[in-house]
Amino acid sequence: MAKIVVDVMLKPEILDPQGVAVSAALPRLGFNFAKSVRQGKRFEIEVDGEPTPAQLAEVEKAAEKLLANPVIETFTVRVEK
Amino acid sequence: MKVGVVTFPGTLDDRDAARAATNVGTEAVSLWHGDADLKGVDAVILPGGFSYGDYLRCGAISRFAPVMEKIIDAANGGMPLLGICNGFQVLCEAHLLPGALTRNHQLHFLCRDQKLEITNNSTAWTTSFAVGQEIVIPLKNGEGSFQCDDATLAKLEGEGRIIARYVGENPNGSRNKIAGITNERGNVVGLMPHPEHAIDTLTGPTADGLGFFTSVLTAMVK
Amino acid sequence: MALDTVATAQATPDQRQPFAELGLKPDEYARIKEILKRRPTSSELAMYSVMWSEHCSYKSSKVHLKQFGDKAVKTDALLVGIGENAGVVDVGQGYAVTFKIESHNHPSFIEPYQGAATGVGGIVRDILTMGARPIAVMDPLRFGPADAPDTHRVLPGVIAGIGGYGNCLGLPNIGGEVVFDETYLGNPLVNALCVGVMKHSDIKLAKAAGAGNLVVLYGAKTGGDGIGGVSVLASETFESTGPAKRPAVQVGDPFVEKVLIECSLEIFSEDLVVGIQDLGGAGLSCATSELASGGSGGMKVELDRVPLRDTSLSPEEILMSESQERMCAIVEPKHIARFLEICKKWDVTVTVIGEVTDGDRLEITWHGDLIVDVPPRTVAHEGPVYNRPLAKPEYIDRVNTEVVNVKLPESTEEIKAAVLKLAGTPNLADKSWVTSQYDRYVQGNTIQSQPDDSGMVRIDEKTHLGVAVATDANANWSYLNPYEGAKLALAEAARNIATAGAKPLAVTNCLNFGSPEDPGVMWQFAESVRGLADGCLEMGLPVTGGNVSFYNQTGSVAILPTPVIGVLGVIDDVRTRTPMSFDRAGLDLYLLGETQNDIAGSEWAYIHGQRGGSAPIPDLKREMRLIEVLVAGRTEKIFTAAHDLSQGGLSATLTEMVLRHGVGAKVTLENVGVALISETPGRVVVAIDSSKANRLSELAKSKDIKLYKIGTTGGDALVINDTVISLDELRKAHTETFTKLFG
Repeated sequence: MAKIVVDVMLKPEILDPQGVAVSAALPRLGFNFAKSVRQGKRFEIEVDGEPTPAQLAEVEKAAEKLLANPVIETFTVRVEK
Repeated sequence: MKVGVVTFPGTLDDRDAARAATNVGTEAVSLWHGDADLKGVDAVILPGGFSYGDYLRCGAISRFAPVMEKIIDAANGGMPLLGICNGFQVLCEAHLLPGALTRNHQLHFLCRDQKLEITNNSTAWTTSFAVGQEIVIPLKNGEGSFQCDDATLAKLEGEGRIIARYVGENPNGSRNKIAGITNERGNVVGLMPHPEHAIDTLTGPTADGLGFFTSVLTAMVK
Repeated sequence: MALDTVATAQATPDQRQPFAELGLKPDEYARIKEILKRRPTSSELAMYSVMWSEHCSYKSSKVHLKQFGDKAVKTDALLVGIGENAGVVDVGQGYAVTFKIESHNHPSFIEPYQGAATGVGGIVRDILTMGARPIAVMDPLRFGPADAPDTHRVLPGVIAGIGGYGNCLGLPNIGGEVVFDETYLGNPLVNALCVGVMKHSDIKLAKAAGAGNLVVLYGAKTGGDGIGGVSVLASETFESTGPAKRPAVQVGDPFVEKVLIECSLEIFSEDLVVGIQDLGGAGLSCATSELASGGSGGMKVELDRVPLRDTSLSPEEILMSESQERMCAIVEPKHIARFLEICKKWDVTVTVIGEVTDGDRLEITWHGDLIVDVPPRTVAHEGPVYNRPLAKPEYIDRVNTEVVNVKLPESTEEIKAAVLKLAGTPNLADKSWVTSQYDRYVQGNTIQSQPDDSGMVRIDEKTHLGVAVATDANANWSYLNPYEGAKLALAEAARNIATAGAKPLAVTNCLNFGSPEDPGVMWQFAESVRGLADGCLEMGLPVTGGNVSFYNQTGSVAILPTPVIGVLGVIDDVRTRTPMSFDRAGLDLYLLGETQNDIAGSEWAYIHGQRGGSAPIPDLKREMRLIEVLVAGRTEKIFTAAHDLSQGGLSATLTEMVLRHGVGAKVTLENVGVALISETPGRVVVAIDSSKANRLSELAKSKDIKLYKIGTTGGDALVINDTVISLDELRKAHTETFTKLFG
């Protein structure tokens, strides 16, 4: 069994108000390390056995069609052990 | 003249859209998301609400409903199609309209009586208005910020495909204060505010919303 | 851990059980053993512990709440009274309306968003369970001081939660309250009200009748939400020095509830259920024992059939789970196929988990083993009844003799300063920051919402029949005099219904108090209930049901007694309602009702740090005559506008009226300080066309209500004697408070 992870983020040019709110809240709590914060989504997909290149290609297609909205979002696909 | 009003799981303003359509003399026909059947309607409204709880993204799951296949075909053939709020979100997800609706910049759900300027009166849903006419209809959503890339924005502006803009302070961060847009043909319109809640002053701020519904009556008669 | 079955319990009578950890007292545990004639199984112990908790059993309040039934006015309008999930009132034209308030205070302190959201979810299901379509929500909210850090943690989350859940359900939010007071710091009050409408024939009750009928669980799957939440959270106070409590708080999904509502209404419309109960506090323990008690008395349930989100849950946990969005229906076998079909259409999980029997025991099995075998009434209705000791607290006599020492405005500058100060003080300031996060338009029948005196919804689009709802509480007055304080809140809520011209019809309540183990608090509670019951009898308004929330305190400091009273009224034609304010110049302004020097307990006294004095004594007969004037004034089209006076007195009322449509007013007042600041009850400001003056005078006289002409409408300022306050300045003071506080 393996886990395929799809990370979805808003495109850099799209304003991320939630990320802005988070980066404003951090210093209020005493955390001053962040230059900026952007918030995204993570999908964890469990599959049987080791994912084949064909399967990963399918996941890419699914990400393009459903998991992300390519008009405003970008995504990455990777396998997690 | 029959206007179909679609109900997805979680749709909220379907009965209000039906009321508005009936109000102007068209027959409102209820369309179930799971049935790929338009029941011979002449126009379709995708109403407001929280279809599928806004899971994943607003409208992301609704766009794949069986009824949507038929709607997309009909729209490509010229059938008038209006997406209100969540409906607008579905139209963008279905790529019948460009761009996308994102989280309000101030991060809160916002319900207010919103002043709009109508900027295009040649679409199927806006012929009852004059260009430049200001109307007040309720805006109520949490994800109403219209976003698109620069090229799309230039195209929309250049082709006059913005049908309504917010007047005054931008309530949600929409690019160029865009409140509504249309496709190239002018039969598909997406509108963030709710005309079905401005059909009389007893229950709404004005009766300005009726214009959208009377427009399509004219469009269907043609 | 081995399964603790009935057989095992019989065989191991002396096994030690954690009854104290589950919130049961030794005598309560002993009583359970007496009832069952053996020790309870761990599942039975779990059931009794949640169902006998304060929140579920009302053990400390029952003896007092009895008065609502004993002193109830006989009325045909009450179709379903206290005891069911919510009361139901006849409003005419074959329609019945159900409404109720509930509290979700402790969970909202712990997790503001989900606490408030699930509070809304719970009350909506209560209304749905009666067979009604929910049509509106309201939320009376109380927080610590507006500038306290913890208020900034709690308030935004609560507002977002109420909006997030209510908006997604498609229920217009038609009003509520937002009140700030030190007393609620650490103990915010989140009360949620829901109204529903149906035809008389649609009324559903929570009974499991008919042996052989099926027990059907539908809605969300069951998980580990809020396990022990009920008995742990609502029956203990928060220790001010102890470690923070982080029990499992329920998480709601409004989409699932929306689908549940539509699915249920379709099921109801085809008359497919014999009885129905929603799963709220105490989840399955409550639903099964209540349904069984309400019916023939016998029920068999196979607990292992309950669909689970978390398959690691033990039977005890399943019985105690408070997973949201679940309902339990009793369905005749001939209807089950159609029932399942409708659930499938809406994609709602549905499972037959048992059947009604003709015995008198509730029997629950787990994979064939009997783990619960109890008389259901002992769980659901025959819980402990406490007659808690009461003692009038020493503070009462002391504060009642205090003289309120606060300067009233006199000079032109002082008047201006006072009006602006009251306009901007958090308790009276414009609440758009809050209300704009709520959808007030959905369903297209909202006639009035915030900031109107009452929320009003049209229930028939042809006849324009409508209902109005208002909630009110005044903790300042209840603190000074709990008996009169409850009556005063009742009178205010009823008056708020009447200003629009609707007729008050029925009452609900949410009684928020400290620990019932404190004799002083218990005295406040007993007096408040006595006052409300006496007041309702005098005003001819039946109490249809309500909610008690005890243990609102931190350490030994209880909140000020806060009985929230909700009144429902009916109006035959919403189009003829009297609006709250005027939108044109040239109208005459009158004050109905006499003003006394009632500064004690007022907002002015509060912001000057004065909490002592004596509460006003209400004259309910006079309030009723005032209501008659308001209702008659609408029918005869005398009033152009009417707005009641409450916190902030005439100053607040005039401020709200002139800012509503941006039309000013010019008033002349004698004894201006008292006139502006006093909070004497039983007063309303009305605007009339001068042609109606004689008729108004006759009407007021016929009902023995004092009438005073105070001024006229018009201009772009609020002018009081020589003081001129521009509307712009007044609007700025009124509207910037919340933005400054909460962003």
